[in-house]
Amino acid sequence: MIRAIGPRLRGLLLPLLALAAAEAAMRASGAQSDAFARPTEILRAMWTAAQDGSLAAASAQTLGNALLGLAAGGGIGLVLGLWFGASSRAGRWSALTVNLLRPLPSVALVPIAMLAFGFGYRMESAVVAFTCVWPMLMFAQDGVARVEPRLVEVARVLGLGGIRRAWKIVLPAALPRIFVGLRLSLGIALTIAVTTEIIANPMGLGYGLAMAQQSLNPALMLALVIWIGVLGWAANAGLLWLQARLFARRGVRA
Amino acid sequence: MTASLRVVDAAPRAGAAAPLIRLSGVALDLGDRRIINGLDLDLGRGEFVCVVGPSGCGKTTLLRLLSGLVQPSAGSILRDGRPIDGPAQDVAIVFQDYGRALLPWRSVAGNVSLALEAARVPRAERASRIAPLLAQVGLGNHADKYPAELSGGMQQRLQIARCLAQRPAVLLMDEPFGALDAMTRQSLQDDLLALVRRHGTTVLFITHDLEEAIYLGDRVVALRANPGTGASSLAQDIAIGLPHPRDQLSTREHPEFLRLRRFLFDFIQEPRP
Repeated sequence: MIRAIGPRLRGLLLPLLALAAAEAAMRASGAQSDAFARPTEILRAMWTAAQDGSLAAASAQTLGNALLGLAAGGGIGLVLGLWFGASSRAGRWSALTVNLLRPLPSVALVPIAMLAFGFGYRMESAVVAFTCVWPMLMFAQDGVARVEPRLVEVARVLGLGGIRRAWKIVLPAALPRIFVGLRLSLGIALTIAVTTEIIANPMGLGYGLAMAQQSLNPALMLALVIWIGVLGWAANAGLLWLQARLFARRGVRA
Repeated sequence: MTASLRVVDAAPRAGAAAPLIRLSGVALDLGDRRIINGLDLDLGRGEFVCVVGPSGCGKTTLLRLLSGLVQPSAGSILRDGRPIDGPAQDVAIVFQDYGRALLPWRSVAGNVSLALEAARVPRAERASRIAPLLAQVGLGNHADKYPAELSGGMQQRLQIARCLAQRPAVLLMDEPFGALDAMTRQSLQDDLLALVRRHGTTVLFITHDLEEAIYLGDRVVALRANPGTGASSLAQDIAIGLPHPRDQLSTREHPEFLRLRRFLFDFIQEPRP
C-alpha cells in the first residue's frame, strides 16, 4: 500500500499519522486545554482565518517586513562581504568589529529600534536587517576568499584586471556561496520578524499569535504556528529549487 | 656555483638569427631561497622546446618567468629585445590542472569567449571566431556543454582552444597531458603538433615524460638542481633531429629516438614516471 503513495508524498505519512493519533487521543480523553486544541479545531480556525482575509493580511505584513529587512541587511552584508573578501587588508581590519557585533542577539535591539522608529514596519525590518547582515557578509566574504587561485591566474594571463576580473571571474565564482548565505538569511529574517511581532510590534502573524494566546484561543494560536512553519518551509524550498536550476550544470564544485 | 653546466649538442637552430625570447643569467629567489640560478636560454621563432627535469627543479617557475607572472631577481628576459614586464595578450598558458583553469559556470563556447572578451573583441565577432577554434580542437559538437560534462581530455582541449583564441605567438604549456590516459595523451600530442605547425607558434612545453619531450620537441632542455645550492640551472640543450611529421609508431621506433631516450634517461637518472 505504501509503495502506491509515491516517494515524494511518503514524507507526509508521519505528520498525518501523528495528527490523527493526537485527534483520537484528545477525543478519547475529552480533556479541555488552554494550550492545545484538536487538529480538526486547528484546521477549522485556519480555514476561518483564511476565509475572512486576516491570515492573508497578517502574512503579507510579516513577509513584507522580513523581505524588506532581508533586502536592506542582506544588501549591506553582500557589499561588505565582497569588499572584505577581495581586500585582505579590509578583511583584517574589520574582523574584530564583525565578530563583536555578530553574536549580539538581534532581539536585544528591539527596545532601541522601538525608540528610534516607533511601532510599525520600519522598526521591525530594521531589526531583521541587522540580523541578515552577518550571514550574508560571512558567506560573501568566504565565497570571494575561496575563489580558485588558478582562475585568478588565468584572468591575469588574459589581461583581465580590476572591475572586469571581479565581474567575470570573482563574482560568478562566489555566487554559490552567496546563495547559501541568502537562503540562510531568509530563514532567519522570517524568524526575527515573527519574534519582533510577538514581543513588541503590533502587526503581522506574530502579533496575531500573541493575541490568540491572550484571548485563550489555542486553536487559532496553533493554526498560526503551523502556518508560519509552512511559510518558512515554502520559502526555503523555493530558494532550493532556484539554486538547483542556477547551479545544476556547474558540477560538483557548486 | 653560478656557472651552469653546458654539455654537447649545441642546438643547430632553424632561422638561427635573433631569437624570439632570450634569457640571460636569469635567477629567481623566493624568500631567501634561490630557485633558479644563472639560466641562459634562447627560444627561436616557431620553435617547439620541451623542458624536462626532476620534480621541484623549477620547471614551472621557468614558465611563470616567461609568462611575465613573476619577474627575475637577476638577469634579463627579453622578447624581441625588450624586457617582459608582465603578461601579454599573445602569450598563452595551458595549465596542467585543466579542471581548475576552466570557468565551471560557463559553457564550452563561453570559456573560449572569455579570452575574446579579455581582448575586447566585439560581441558580434565572437561567435564567428569561437566556432572554428572549437572545431580545430575537436569540440565542434560540444559548444553548449559545460566543463563538468566533459572528460579530462576534452577539458584540456577546451583550455587549449581558449589559449588559441588569444592568437598566441608564444604558447607555454605546463605538463598539459600529465593527468591524461595514454591514448588521450597521444591524440592530443598529434593534434597539438599539427596546430602549432600550422600557426607557427613558439612553444615551451614542460613535461616529466622524456619520451613525450623527444617526440614533440625541436629541442629538449634539461634542468637540474645544483647539489650545493639547490638552485636549478640549465644542464642540457639538445637538438632533436627527428623528421616531421612525427608519427606515434615510426617516430618512436626511430633509432635516433631510441638514442636520445637512452642519452637523456642516463642523464636524468630518475626512475621513469
